[in-house]
Amino acid sequence: MADDVFKALADPTRRTILDELAESSGQTLFEICTRLSMKHRLGISRQAVSQHLAVLEAAGLVETRREGRYKFHTLNPAPLKRITERWTRPDQPESTP
Amino acid sequence: MRIRLLSVFVDDQEKALRFYTDVLGFVKKHDVPISGEDRWLTVVSPEDPDGAELLLEPAGHPAVAPYREALAKDGIPLAQFAVADVQAEFERLRGLGVAFTQEPLEMGGVTTAVLDDTCGNLIQIIQQP
Repeated sequence: MADDVFKALADPTRRTILDELAESSGQTLFEICTRLSMKHRLGISRQAVSQHLAVLEAAGLVETRREGRYKFHTLNPAPLKRITERWTRPDQPESTP
Repeated sequence: MRIRLLSVFVDDQEKALRFYTDVLGFVKKHDVPISGEDRWLTVVSPEDPDGAELLLEPAGHPAVAPYREALAKDGIPLAQFAVADVQAEFERLRGLGVAFTQEPLEMGGVTTAVLDDTCGNLIQIIQQP
C-alpha cells in the first residue's frame, strides 16, 4: 500500500493533479485535463491523464464517485497521513508509572 | 469557408427546443417536418440570427447512446457557447434549475463552466477577455 503511494507521488504530473484536486474537489476528467493544459501548460493526452488518475486511484489518493451519468474525482489525503505517522510519533508522556 | 451548421443529438426534440430557447435564450430558426415525428429543427443566437445554426438532431441512431455516455462520464462538452459573464449566467441558469458539472472557474484568462442540457449533452459556456 505504502509502495503504491510513493510510486504515485514520484511523478510531477500526478502531484500537479493532486494539487488541482486539493484546490477544487470533484472534477471530471475533462476539467482536470483542461486545468493541466490551461493553467500548467501541460500538453498531455486525455489517455495519459486517465492513466495517471488510475495510478492515483490504485494508491488510494484519488477517489471517484458517479453522479448520474457523470464521474467526479476527489482527493483522499488519508494515505498521506499514514505515511507521516510512520516516522513521527506523538511525544511520550512526561511521567510513566 | 464559414461554419453554417453544427448539430447536437437530443433525446427529445420538443424538450430540447424548450431548453435551448426558454432556458439558454436561443431563438428557433428552422422547424420542418422530416419523417415520422422527426423535425429539421435549428436554433440561432438572437445576437447573431444569420450566424451559425445549431441543429437539434434526434438521437435515435444506435451509435449515439454509447458515444454520448462515454463523453458524459468524462465530463466532455459537445459544444461551447460564448457569454459576456460566466458567473452571472451560471447564477441565472442555476436559478432555473440547470445542473452544472463544472462551476465557473478562471483558467489562464478565460472563465468556463459546464452545464447539463437535460437532453443528453454537456455544454460549456465561456467568457473571454
